[in-house]
Amino acid sequence: MMRPDLDIIQHWIQPGSRVLDLGCGDGNLLKFLKSEKGVSEIGLEIAENNIRLCIEKGVNVIEQDLNKSLQNFKDKSFDTVLLTQTLQAVNYPDVIIDEMLRIGKNCIVTFPNFGNWRSRMYLFFRGRMPVSNFMPYEWYNTPNIHFCTVRDFDELCRDKNIKVITRTVVDHRHRGSWMIKLWPNLLGETAIYHISR
Amino acid sequence: MPNTVPENSVGIVTPQCLHFDEPLLLRSGKSINSYDLMIETYGRLNENKTNAILICHALSGDHHAAGFHSEDESKPGWWDHCIGPGKPIDTNKFFVVCLNNLGGCAGSTGPSSINPDTGTFYGPDFPVVTVRDWVKSQVALMEKLEIKQWAAVVGGSLGGMQVMRWAISYPEKLRHAIMIAVAPKLSAQNIAFNEVARQSITADPNFHDGRYLDHGTYPKKGVMLARMVGHITYLSDSAMRDKFGKAAEPINSETIAGNFGRDLRTGKLSFGLNVDFQVESYLHYQGERFSERFDANTYLLMTKALDYFDPTVDYDGSLSAAFANSSCRFLLMSFSSDWRFPPERSREIVDALLEAGKQVSYLEIEADQGHDAFLLPVPRYIDAFTTYLQRVSDEVNL
Repeated sequence: MMRPDLDIIQHWIQPGSRVLDLGCGDGNLLKFLKSEKGVSEIGLEIAENNIRLCIEKGVNVIEQDLNKSLQNFKDKSFDTVLLTQTLQAVNYPDVIIDEMLRIGKNCIVTFPNFGNWRSRMYLFFRGRMPVSNFMPYEWYNTPNIHFCTVRDFDELCRDKNIKVITRTVVDHRHRGSWMIKLWPNLLGETAIYHISR
Repeated sequence: MPNTVPENSVGIVTPQCLHFDEPLLLRSGKSINSYDLMIETYGRLNENKTNAILICHALSGDHHAAGFHSEDESKPGWWDHCIGPGKPIDTNKFFVVCLNNLGGCAGSTGPSSINPDTGTFYGPDFPVVTVRDWVKSQVALMEKLEIKQWAAVVGGSLGGMQVMRWAISYPEKLRHAIMIAVAPKLSAQNIAFNEVARQSITADPNFHDGRYLDHGTYPKKGVMLARMVGHITYLSDSAMRDKFGKAAEPINSETIAGNFGRDLRTGKLSFGLNVDFQVESYLHYQGERFSERFDANTYLLMTKALDYFDPTVDYDGSLSAAFANSSCRFLLMSFSSDWRFPPERSREIVDALLEAGKQVSYLEIEADQGHDAFLLPVPRYIDAFTTYLQRVSDEVNL
């Protein structure tokens, strides 16, 4: 099944455009965008199994660690650069965002909102780092080393003069109700940003 | 050959010699009026002729890429790990064409052939051929086989350079370009090793300025030396430690042997100028075997073709500009321990393709075997290669 945040972002992708997906995983999103939108796709991935799955799907994939450098990509060489559910796992999220905005004409970032009430409750009542189905790791073995909240990300965009074209925050069923619109940082579980310089 | 043909082998194969009468104008300005190309094919061409794959060989390769020439042949063709039924280049799905390049010494016209103009061996008079010239002759071969477009052109090392030339100069004639353990052009270090190899051949007293065949002799020592130095660059330090460190217990991993690969040949030092270590005897053996089958002038030509290769010369030094018209999809694979064409060299090509907006996939395979890894059954390499070509087969075998 298509991850519902991916269903939302496809509306922001221009047909036939050139798309770079940082941490493209099994290539499902790019495969979908390729068949539905006719995009010319490149995915970056380091997990061997995911790379294999991309090749199996006919999705272009490059074995490259986005924590090391993205300097090999030229300025504005892609229409859209994607970073879905990966921001919290990179070493320097602010550097990656800068690099994305350099490489892409526009960028899409999705991440789990740590400001969600469940995380707050978990920490408040149990006094321990939240573990859930959605974030199933213990603090010591999690790849997610840079959790942030919707408000944190808004702040980063302000500090860096990043233009937020659209911000969508949804719950775990990926519905965006009027309540979430009112209290996105409290009720939203997944944040989806469409940004540019 | 094993007693029975292995199930995943193409089995007994017979080369064919094709004759070409169209003159071939070479990069150097010289031309060859007529020539022969020795080829082998495996698998069957489908009805629409869309499933053909061209294999380009590297420095010491030839048309015999898979299977056995006879039951007496002890070893199969040079890329038997990758070509055959159920192998990456699956002969149940593809029609595979492999040739001995022009200037070679395995049946195609080269320095050890008779020059029809003089009635004697070409020897040193055989013109210097470049990667561009080879690919031009491969286009002539393609036309003779009535193939309009290759499903893929595939090659490792110097073979990969030919693939690059195909993608740049004949963009409409291939769907996929697969380059393994390749570099966009040689580095000074690469050229330096080639020059040592050439000097060892030309300095052999039996070389006779390349006319050794007319003298009924052969610069065997020189070719041996050339191969020995070349062979060192194909292996990695860890591969050598592993291969020649069998006498020692591994320290902590299966690859790093405890005695740095210093196995002795007889168990004790001779305290003389004899072959003391296994690695020495191995290199002697490899050089010896090679010198028995390989022509010295061909070796000189092949190393020159390597040195001269630079696809950016027509594009003001820009590799991405060179790829501007390419329309195929690209797959590149490199190996971590390859110090002849290390992964960074493949990355240069990948980055140029990205800059040119092309469709490219790239894998950096963890492997201890050095440059030679592209010839060996490295599991992740074989798996990715198989998976990619399965997709290609789905595209072309409708």
